[in-house]
Parts: sequence; structure tokens; C-alpha cells
Amino acid sequence: MANVGIVLISHSVQIASGVKELIQQVIQEVPIELAAGTEDGRIGTTIEKISSAIDAANKGDGVLLFYDLGSAKMNAEVVLEMLADDQIVIAEAPIVEGSYIAAVEASMGKTMEEILETLWTGFPANDNNMK
Amino acid sequence: MEITKEHIKCWINKINEKITENKCYLTKLDQPIGDGDHGVNMERGFQATVNMLETTSYDTVSSMLKACALSVMSKVGGAAGPLYGTAFLRMSLHLNGAQLVTEKMFIEALEEAVVGMKKRGRTEVGEKTMIDVWAPVVEKLQKDGAFHASAIIQTAKEARNKTEHIAASKGRASFFKEKSVGYIDPGAASSYIIFEALAETLEEGACQRG
Repeated sequence: MANVGIVLISHSVQIASGVKELIQQVIQEVPIELAAGTEDGRIGTTIEKISSAIDAANKGDGVLLFYDLGSAKMNAEVVLEMLADDQIVIAEAPIVEGSYIAAVEASMGKTMEEILETLWTGFPANDNNMK
Repeated sequence: MEITKEHIKCWINKINEKITENKCYLTKLDQPIGDGDHGVNMERGFQATVNMLETTSYDTVSSMLKACALSVMSKVGGAAGPLYGTAFLRMSLHLNGAQLVTEKMFIEALEEAVVGMKKRGRTEVGEKTMIDVWAPVVEKLQKDGAFHASAIIQTAKEARNKTEHIAASKGRASFFKEKSVGYIDPGAASSYIIFEALAETLEEGACQRG
């Protein structure tokens, strides 16, 4: 069985790579991919980067997406509509704490549903899009 | 009146010209209550879209609008990319399969665009966003049942100016809450440009550059 993958979507490459560094200090076996900054290295997010990060993080057991600010989420939603895969889910939790918890749980072999349940319990204020 | 691919191309060209002329203005609006890149983002995205239309041919208005949607989504950046991209995409989907696009169909397509943008941004009227321009302009078009250039421009201008008095509750400007009052919303300003471009395109009847 593979691990649930994680995609970090941030306007800033430094934020995304910093979060990845933080997680990988303790967790190495979970696929973590970055979709950060624009193609030409400015602040922003792009649908191309998000979709290739999802592809790379997807080992067959689903992918959780974490984002920083509003338009990152909008771009993620555009990609999800195109993919139409219910195993690719936007996590409504803060990018640092949320992805850290998700990585720990994914490394323990938890399923997408179990990780979402943990996030939902941990960050109830962010439940507006949880299913 | 029939809406043709030439109209769409002319519309996008005009948007691009006007965005370029107003790049500093849009960026200035975006500085106090946003991240200050709206003008630059819009210019980059629409210039790329113009270049694409110059070098590609399309079968229908719908397929052309779909290509515009994807280009705007991937090249504009910020929140405007997915939002305006969604607008073009919804229009494309509504006109899918149509060989001939009437004025009425095009107005319906714009209604679909508003539905899509509201959904994408989880926004309603009165939140200091581009919807504050799109919704009243499209409502006016529905009521008139036709494109009257001066009516579109006037409605869009009034709607844009009204956003100055609204406190933002969506987007990054919402972090500023009541401090966002006193500034025209940058998205409303670029939406005004989009409708001004549309009004001029349709008024001229065919594509006359200039």
C-alpha cells in the first residue's frame, strides 16, 4: 500500500519548501510535492504547477492539497474540476500545521478519509468545505 | 446581430490595449488593499491571449472562448486568473455546439459567466469584488435584451465607482475590513475595462482596430 500524497500550494516557493523541510525532518516516506510561485519565479500560484505536483504526489492512495491564500485555492479548484477524481482533495486546514499532521498520519498508513477526519477534528473552524 | 469569432478577437484585443494603458492605474488601486500586481498580471495574461489568438484558428466562438479561458487562467495569475478564466469558460460551455451566436445567446452566456464567477469566488454582490460590476451589467443586458454600448459603459462605470464605498468581505482586501473603504476595487476596475471593451467592439459592428 502506498501513502497518501501531499501537495503544498503556496504563493511563495520559500513558504512551500520551508514547510516541506519541516515535515521531512521527521517524515521521509510520504510524497510531498510543491506547487509554488509562478513559472517565471514570481509570487503566485499556477494551475500547471498544481496539476503536475498532483501527478507526482499521486501514488494511488489519493492526494491532499494544502494552500496558503484564497487565489491558491481557486486555482486548486480549477484543477480539481478538470481532474474529476474524488481521491484528490483540498484540505481546509492551515498549510503548516495541517500538512504536518497529514504527513504524520500518511506515514502511519492512514487513509485519505482518516486523515481528513483528523484534520476536521483538529481544525473545526475550517470545516466549510469538508465532506 | 450575430456575435462572431472576429468580435471575440476584437474584444480580447481591446481589453489588452486598455489594460496596457491602465496598467499603472490598476496596480495603484491594488497597492493599498491588495498585493499590487493586478495591472501587471492582467497585462501579461491578456497579451499572451492576444498572441495566442493571432497564431491559432478556431472553428467556433465557443472553442475560441475556451482557449481564452485556459490562457487567462494559466497566464494572468492572482485571483483574477481563475475568476476571469472561469467567466470565459462558462461562456464557452454555454455556447458549445453553436455555429451561429445571437445577441441573446451571448447575453445568456454572460449570465452563465456571472454564475460561475460567484461560485468560484464564493461571492455575492456587495462584497467589493469584480462581481459588483459583472452582476449589474449583465442584469442590465438581460433587461434590455440587447447590447447598447452607452448603457453598458454607464452601468459598468457606476458599478465600479460604487465599490469605493464598500468594505471588502472577500479576497485579500477583506483583511483590511473597513480600511478598504475609500478605494475602488481593482477587480471592479478591470471588469469595467472588460465591459467597456465589449461595448466598443459591438458598437463598431466588426473589428476595427484602433
